[in-house]
Amino acid sequence: MAEPANASPLVRIDRVSKHFGEGETRVDALREVSLDVYPRQVVALLGPSGSGKTTLLNIVGCILDASSGTMDLDGETVLRDGRWQRGDLRRLRLEKIGFIFQFHNLLPFLDATDNVAVVLKLAGVDMSAARKRAAELLDYLEVGHRRTAMPAKLSGGEAQRVAIARALANRPRIILADEPTAALDSKRARIVMDLLRKLAIEQEAAIIAVTHDEKIFDRFDHIFQLRDGRLDEPSAAADDPAEVPSG
Amino acid sequence: MNLAYRDIRHKLGRFLLTCVGLGLLLGVVLAMIGIYRGLVVDALTIARAPGIDIWIVEANTRGPFAEASRVPGDTREAVARIAGVAAAGSITYQTVEAPYRGEKLRLYVIGYEPTRPGGPPEIAAGRSIARNHYEMIADRSAGVSLGDRIQLGRNTFTVVGLTQHQVNSGGDPAVYITLPDAQKLQFDLAPPAARVQTARGAGAAARDTVNAVVARLQPNASAEAVAETVRRWKHLSAITQGEQETILSRSLVDRARRQIGLFTSLLLIVSAVIIALIIYTMTMDKLKQIATLKLIGAPDRTIVGMIVQQALALGFIGFALGATLIVNIKDWFPRRVVLEPDNVLVLGLIVFAVCLAASGLGVRAALKVDPATALGG
Ligand SMILES: Nc1ncnc2c1ncn2[C@@H]1O[C@H](COP(=O)(O)OP(=O)(O)OP(=O)(O)O)[C@@H](O)[C@H]1O
Ligand SMILES: [Mg+2]
Repeated sequence: MAEPANASPLVRIDRVSKHFGEGETRVDALREVSLDVYPRQVVALLGPSGSGKTTLLNIVGCILDASSGTMDLDGETVLRDGRWQRGDLRRLRLEKIGFIFQFHNLLPFLDATDNVAVVLKLAGVDMSAARKRAAELLDYLEVGHRRTAMPAKLSGGEAQRVAIARALANRPRIILADEPTAALDSKRARIVMDLLRKLAIEQEAAIIAVTHDEKIFDRFDHIFQLRDGRLDEPSAAADDPAEVPSG
Repeated sequence: MNLAYRDIRHKLGRFLLTCVGLGLLLGVVLAMIGIYRGLVVDALTIARAPGIDIWIVEANTRGPFAEASRVPGDTREAVARIAGVAAAGSITYQTVEAPYRGEKLRLYVIGYEPTRPGGPPEIAAGRSIARNHYEMIADRSAGVSLGDRIQLGRNTFTVVGLTQHQVNSGGDPAVYITLPDAQKLQFDLAPPAARVQTARGAGAAARDTVNAVVARLQPNASAEAVAETVRRWKHLSAITQGEQETILSRSLVDRARRQIGLFTSLLLIVSAVIIALIIYTMTMDKLKQIATLKLIGAPDRTIVGMIVQQALALGFIGFALGATLIVNIKDWFPRRVVLEPDNVLVLGLIVFAVCLAASGLGVRAALKVDPATALGG
């Protein structure tokens, strides 16, 4: 699949490097990685353990500094020559980025609805509107019937869908997922991936997911292969996204 | 949506259990403070009871409580004649063990002249002593009731009145009897050899000694001037009420006071450390959740608010439980526990400050959490 002709990338990473430590203990986790992700794209980060997948995801998520390089998110240059261009990265995260974790990381003391509503509340939405939107999202992700359940009472798949609802609550354009299906069986993993794909298309979002899960490789538009912190040439996935029904 | 409250509600049982534990600990601290205050108050009670201005005691002593003092029985008449003295009374003090219902009662026997200063401050039940012999006013803490008959020395006394909270600095309940009865009792209980000598020698005159003479002054009289006059009699010295109270609280119960004071401070420090640990652990248990909150964009103030609110809730509930507990059981203590509202308030403020400081520790840890830790496994 090729980049949509008349769209600009949601995520543009230009020669981003990251090393940990100095001298003897220096680890080059990322070496001059460049990649673009467009709206409606679902891409995978693939690579052996220690190849820098999580590091890259954390930099895109604005929770880890880069050593050098430039990054644009949704048309805004947020990182230039390894320096953050914005003081308030938290706000950026709240508005533009949704995170999905390997383990759902729901707050155990809030029920499903409030786990979703809490991010809306943080963005300044009043409580009743936040709960209403949370309920809609849960319905959309087909866990509406579990909306008053506490996380401990949810099955793995249900919890992961609630977590996805939370990641989507503020309608972020960029969704980052670190092994989102690792805790799920293959059937549920496919359901979650199809859901993400549907979201990418409906919400004009870009989704970057780290995965080891070969069962779902066919669900990605692009697979970026990391090796020792370096990116191999991108290869189109088996599945052509043009065949995916849109909307 | 209050995250602190929701988190507490989620783990309500555990939270309440922690509150109860903290409450018990703070209850013990409050009890210690009450015991400390009670000790000081008790020590002053007997000296304050007669409501007088000056104590006339044996020369070169700080009697009659801190040191033994004996003055001749006729001192009272001489003192009463000093200009500025409104009234004076002779008084004796002795500790006696009396048999009562098959047990030994330790009593602090005060002999006084019912028509003169030196008697109990207030009768809580019954009446004052009306007859010259064998009537007694006892303190409730002795556990006796009106009409009880108690043997002191060779005579049996009837309890005609009861007082409240009248104990000596050792906590022994006070009983009041008439001066002649008390002098007889002193004589009866003296060592046999001394008794024989007294009986053979000076006779009644030698028996007529008292421990102190207490005097109430006229409204405008100077205690110092009266004391000066008394000191001119070489065998006497005079102590003003203020000095007497200082002697009692500084020397008589000083060691006990410092002992309990030190222990109370230690207990306070221990409580502070425990509160700090509880709150710190409470935060540590939540680090992953805090990382998640940070990652989804919660501002620091949300996280700080959550920790501080929980710390304060814990401190407040624990303190309320502890205070309620002690207020309800303080009268069951064998000695007086005095809890003034200001003591409770001060401890409350200390607990508040400790909770804030402890949540500072938790907050520091929480703010250092890397939001990236929420991402990994
Ligand atoms: N905070 C850190 N300090 C030092 N080295 C780090 C740190 N984080 C990651 N690294 C190193 O950077 C390299 C890339 O790590 P990263 O976590 O990105 O790998 P990964 O591809 O996510 O691996 P995995 O598949 O095991 O999750 C590794 O060699 C790792 O040891
Ligand atoms: Mg990783």
